[in-house]
Parts: sequence; structure tokens; C-alpha cells
Amino acid sequence: MLNGYGATIIDGTWLTLQLALSSMAVAIALGLLGAAFRISPLRWLSGLGDAYATVIRGIPDLVLILLIFYGGQDMVNRLAPMLGHDDYIDIDPFIAGVGTLGFIYGAYLSETFRGAFMAIPKGQGEAGQAYGMSGLQVFFRILVPQMIRLAIPGFTNNWLVLTKATALISVVGLQDMMFKAKNAADATHQPFTFYLAVAGIYLLITSVSLLALRYLEKRYSAGVKAVEI
Amino acid sequence: MIFDYNVVLDSLPLYFSGVLVTLKLLAISLAFGLLLAVPLALMRISKQAAVNFPAWLYTYVIRGTPMMVQLFLIYYGLAQFEAVRASFLWPYLSSATVCACLAFALNTSAYTAEILAGSLKATPHGEIEAAKAMGMSRFTFYRRILLPSALRRALPQYSNEVIMMLHTTSLASMVTLVDITGAARTVNSQYYMPFEAFVTAGLFYLGLTFILVRLFRLAEHRWLAYLAPRKH
Repeated sequence: MLNGYGATIIDGTWLTLQLALSSMAVAIALGLLGAAFRISPLRWLSGLGDAYATVIRGIPDLVLILLIFYGGQDMVNRLAPMLGHDDYIDIDPFIAGVGTLGFIYGAYLSETFRGAFMAIPKGQGEAGQAYGMSGLQVFFRILVPQMIRLAIPGFTNNWLVLTKATALISVVGLQDMMFKAKNAADATHQPFTFYLAVAGIYLLITSVSLLALRYLEKRYSAGVKAVEI
Repeated sequence: MIFDYNVVLDSLPLYFSGVLVTLKLLAISLAFGLLLAVPLALMRISKQAAVNFPAWLYTYVIRGTPMMVQLFLIYYGLAQFEAVRASFLWPYLSSATVCACLAFALNTSAYTAEILAGSLKATPHGEIEAAKAMGMSRFTFYRRILLPSALRRALPQYSNEVIMMLHTTSLASMVTLVDITGAARTVNSQYYMPFEAFVTAGLFYLGLTFILVRLFRLAEHRWLAYLAPRKH
């Protein structure tokens, strides 16, 4: 299949999926943290959360990826000698990719989560406090479970954008399917064939995600009356 | 020295010419994208499957694949076919600027079409009934009532799309164009100062994003004032 390059592209697809899922895990953690900061009554915490969301969402993914990967590597190697470490430090593209995409999409998710948190009636959190729960307990036991249903549509959107953004990590040398396709295209002089194949695989991934998340939304909305117009 | 200002100051002219390239790409692709999006959106609200389906498929495929793949398909991919290379279009299709604009315009047209379709579907019934009661023809109704009303209401979402497009244009640096990102990559390869080079590019994009947000707020104030919450 595909002049014998089918297998390597499938390998790359696997790496793309790993990259997307790991980045999403990091993004969810950072998004929750960011949202918790932004809804915090402490002025400096909410300011910090707002700055994170605004700055990251104002800069293109590609620039952030190049900045964090090349700039981060450069910074680490400028700072390391000061701490008494003299070897050159090479950052693994997979780790860097997961960190970068997680950091970027954490900012987008913090916006989605913040909106969802704000849509939960105030009485819910107050009731938790009245029961003597601590702030963290109220957050994880009362707010987060209710927030999930409200956040799924925005989350779906972010997941699709993140999946597609993984293609950019090939620029910094991660051998994902985009990277493999580029190699195959250069070797066989059939760029259209290989990029079309990759486009097809991405379309498959986004289609399956869309169906799965739609099912999840239905599950989480059990017991909530849908409004008919 | 942790941050070398001299490198940034020396390369400012390159960055400013990059800003011009970025803005040119953005303006051209948005203009053609919007032009294509209006008929697509009208197709997407049609009840006839034969009209709706092709537009649905187009927006679904474009929105389901990465912009980078689309750009590479057009810029690198088309050259695979002898027929394309022999055609009179080749001088255009072998130009990176034309390919980038084409790819960006096709991409934004799909997203914009979905935004417009959503806004068209949300047209208040009263506006449509009033137009019918006035005896307007279908064309007059579209031109005077449906489109102006829907385009206005799409403005807040369209502003997001425009900012996404501003960020998307950074991909042009991958097909040899020297936009803001391309300028940063040039600076990086000249001085090997990646941190300085890309932070500067990031600041330029941040500045442009804030300007666009501001402009759209003014536009909303001008065209959507009738939907704003009452101030008293």
C-alpha cells in the first residue's frame, strides 16, 4: 500500500494519536488550574489566569511551538552552566510537543471551563460549604462533575483543533504521520498521494472523535431536559 | 546576557516587512473566503439534500483536516500532476503567495460558511414574515433582509475566525514566504537566537490580535448597537 510506505505512515498515525491524547491530558490539568485561578476571588490569582489565557490565545500555535522548542532548548542550555551542568541538553521532541500543545490548549480549555463553572448555580457551591466541605472538596465534588456536561461542546471543539495542531509538531522533528508523509513524498515524488492519505487519516480521527464525544454528551445530559424551540 | 535587545532592534525592519506580508495574506484570504462563504452558507441552509449535501461535505472535509496538510496538498501536491504543470495556471500555482492565499481562502470559507449558516438559521421569524408580507421577491428578500441581518449577527463569531486566520497565516512561513514568522525564522538562522527571534514574533502577533479585537469591538458598536443590552 502507498509504495510500501503504508506501514510507516500507520506508525506515524499511532504517534500522532499518542501525542494528541497526552497533550490533551496536560491541557485538561492546566485548563482546570487556569479556570480555578480565573474564578478565584483573589485578584492576583485571577489576573495571572487571565494573563495566561490572553497571551497564549493571542499568539499563533506555530510561533509558540518554535519558541518553546528552540527557544526553550536555548534557554535551558544558557541557564544550565550557571547551575553547574556543562553537558548540552537535548529536549526530546515528543516531551516538548506534549508540553507545548498542553500549555497552549490549557489556555483555550481554561476559557471553556471558566464559562462552564460560571453557568453552575451559585447555590450549589454554597450548599457544599454549608455541609462543611473545604474549598478543594467543593471544587472537585460539586463543581467539576456538574461542569463536565456544560463543557463538553467547547471541549469537543478544542479537542478537534488540538488534534489538527499536532501536525505542526512535525516542524520540530517529531516523526508523526505528517513527518513520515513528507519523507515519503520526497522519496517518491508523489506529494499529493501522501498528503491526501494523511488528510484522510486526520478526517477519520476527527470523525470518530466527533461521534464519541456526541455520545458522551448524551450520557452526561441524562436527566437534563433538552429545550425544544 | 539573558535577552539580547540588539538582535531584535537590528532586525526590526525585517519584522515590519513581515507584518506587511502577514496583513496582505490575511486581507486577500479573508476577502475571497467571505465571497465563497456566502453562497456556501445559503446552500447549507437549504432544505434540498442535493443543494445542502455538497456544501456540508466541503465544510466537513476542510474543517476535519489540518490547515498544514491542505497547504502542502496545494503547494507541493499539485505539482505531482503533469496536467497541472502543463496548464496555463501553472505560473500562478507554482507561486507560494498564490498557493498560500488559495489554501487560506478555501479554509476560512468553510469555517465562515458554518458561522453564517448558523446566523442565517437564527433569523427572527418576524423579519422573514414581514418581508413576505411586503411582497418581496426571493432575491430582494435575500439582498435586503436576510443577508444584512445575518451578516451583522455573525460579527462576534466572525471576529474569532479572523483572529484564527491571522494565526493561521503563520503557516505561510513553511512555504518559503517571509511573513512575521518567516522573519523570526530568518533572524533565528542568522544569529542563532531562537528565544529573542520568536518572542519578538509573538509580540507582533499579540499586538495585531489586540488591534483586530479593538476594531471588531468598534464594528460591533456600529452595526450591532441595536442588539446591545440596555444601559439604563
